[in-house]
Amino acid sequence: MKVEQISVFLENKPGTLEDATRVLKEANINIRTLSVAETVDFGILRLIVNDVEKANKVLKESGFRVSKTPVVAVEVPDKPGGLHSIMEVVSKEGINVEYLYAFVEKSGQNAVIIFRFDNPEKAIDVLTKKNFTVIPGSKLYEF
Amino acid sequence: MIYNEEFETMPREVIKALQAKRLQQALERVYHTVGFYKKSFDKAKVKPDDIRSIADMNKLPFTTRNDMRDNYPFGLFAVPMSSVVRLHASSGTSGRSAVFGYTKRDIETWSDLIARSLVAAGITKNDIIHNAFGYGLFTGGLGLHYGAEKIGASVIPISGGDAKRQLMILQDFGPTVICSTPSYALHLAEEGQTLGIDIKALKLRVGIFGAEPWNDAIRDDIEKVFGITALNLYGLSEIIGPGIAMECMEGRHGMHIFEDHFIVETIDPQTGAVLPEGEEGELVFTTLTKEANPLIRYRTGDISRLITEPCRCGRTHVKMERVLKRSDDMLIIRGINVFPSQIAAILVDIEGLEPNYQVIIDKVGALDTLDLQVEVNDKIFSDSGSIKELQKIEKRIIKDMRDYLGISARVKLVQPNTLKKNDAKIIDKRHI
Repeated sequence: MKVEQISVFLENKPGTLEDATRVLKEANINIRTLSVAETVDFGILRLIVNDVEKANKVLKESGFRVSKTPVVAVEVPDKPGGLHSIMEVVSKEGINVEYLYAFVEKSGQNAVIIFRFDNPEKAIDVLTKKNFTVIPGSKLYEF
Repeated sequence: MIYNEEFETMPREVIKALQAKRLQQALERVYHTVGFYKKSFDKAKVKPDDIRSIADMNKLPFTTRNDMRDNYPFGLFAVPMSSVVRLHASSGTSGRSAVFGYTKRDIETWSDLIARSLVAAGITKNDIIHNAFGYGLFTGGLGLHYGAEKIGASVIPISGGDAKRQLMILQDFGPTVICSTPSYALHLAEEGQTLGIDIKALKLRVGIFGAEPWNDAIRDDIEKVFGITALNLYGLSEIIGPGIAMECMEGRHGMHIFEDHFIVETIDPQTGAVLPEGEEGELVFTTLTKEANPLIRYRTGDISRLITEPCRCGRTHVKMERVLKRSDDMLIIRGINVFPSQIAAILVDIEGLEPNYQVIIDKVGALDTLDLQVEVNDKIFSDSGSIKELQKIEKRIIKDMRDYLGISARVKLVQPNTLKKNDAKIIDKRHI
C-alpha cells in the first residue's frame, strides 16, 4: 500500500531545480505532485511521478543524489475537517508525521494527502481499519 | 630590561661553549633513556660521543612530527611518569596528536623563559596581564601564566572566547598588558567599537602576540587601535610552548632565541642540508635542558631566517625573523595548527569513505573563518533522503571539527560534481 516518493538533493542556488526538471522532461516523466523542503544551504525535491524506476535512474545518471522514500497517500473528501480526521487517528496511535503535502484530484471531489510517517506500516494499518482510503502506489502513479 | 642578565647577555663564544656542553649531556641522556633515539642514532651510525661540537650536529638524524605521532602518547619521554608534573597536547584526532610532558624543572625553565620574554617587553610586577591565550591542553595560556606569576605581575586567566566578557574585564580590571593571538586582539577591538567602547581609553600599554602568522601591517593596526606597543612571541608546543624566542624593544628587528636552552639551525627543507646562518630555511630546534620530553633536531616546518647582527638591547642571543611561511601544508586557523590530513580524517570517519570536499579559509573582520563544502555522496543520501539526516551529518561534522581540532567550521553540503577532481582541497584566501 506504500507509495514510493523520489527525493532529490538540491543545493539552494539558482538553476539546480531547473536542471532536475529538465532531466525529467527529457525522460518524458510526468510529475503527479511534488513539494520542496529547504534549509539555508540545501533543499530536497520530493516527487510523486508516473514512473518511479525510470525517474530514479535518469536522475542518478545525471549526477543527482536520489533516494526512494516510502510515503503513504490517503484520500479524503475535499472539505473542512478532511485532514483533521486523519490526524485524529494517527496522533491517537502515537504516529509522527515528518512532513506532508497534498493535491486535489482531477474530479475536484477528493484531496490526496501524501504523508511521510515515522511508522508507515502502522499508519496504513490503522487508517485502513478506520476505513480511510489509502491509495496504493500503482494507482497513484497512473492518476 | 633584562630578566636573566647572566645568560641573556653571555658573549657569543661562551654561549657556543655552553651549548656544546649541554648538547653532549642531552645526547647522552636521550640515547640512554628514549628508545626512539637509541634506534634512530644507531640507524644513522652515530653515537653521542661523535658529536664534539655544534658543527657535528648534521650527523644527527632529525626528529619529525611523524615521529611524535608514531610514539604517541609517551614514547618520546625521557623520564618515568612519576617525574612528569604536566601534560600538554596539540590538537588532533586521537592518535594523530602529539603529547608533551614537563617535569617540575621543565616548568621552572619554561616560566623563566616567559619571564625573560615579559621583561623584554618592559613588563614588571606592577603590570596586570590580561591573558587571552587558551588555557588547557594548548600551551599558550598556562605557559604565559606561570611566567607572569614568576615576575610577580597580576594575571587575569581569562583564556579565549566570549568577547563581551573580555571587554568588560578590560574596562573594569584595567589590565596594562594583553596576551593573545593578533587576530583575536583585533577581533576584540572590533567588538568593542561595535559596543561603543573607547578602546584607546583602556589602560593597555603593551601586547604580546603569537601563535599565528602576522605581519607589520597587522601590527600597525593593533598598535593604532589599542594605542599599545605590540610585540611578537614565538613558540611551539613540541619544543616547550611559547617562550622559545621573544622580540625585544629595539625596533621590530626579530626575536631573540633563548640559546642557552635551545640550539637553532636552518635547513633546506628539501635536502635537509644545514644552511649558512642568515639564509632563509626551515627552523630546526634541539632542546638542551628539557628533561621530560627532550627533542633532538626537531623539524618545525616554520620557514624563517636568523639574524646574527648584534642587538642594541644587549642580548647576545641570535634572532629569528617572524615566521610567515611553512615548509609543509600546515594551516594556522585562529592560532590553531591544522593539517589538511586531519580534516580528511574527520570526514572519512563520519562517512566511512573519503567524500569530495573543499576547505575555504578566509577572514571576516579580524577573525579567520573556515568553510567546508562536502559533496553529498550516495551513502549519505540514499538511506533516508531526509533533511533531518542531512542536518545531523552537518552537525556531526561541525562537532567533530570542534572536538578534535578546536575549530569552528561552517559546513555546506553540495551536490555531486560541484567540486572537480583536480580542484584544490584547501583554498586559503587570507593574505598575510
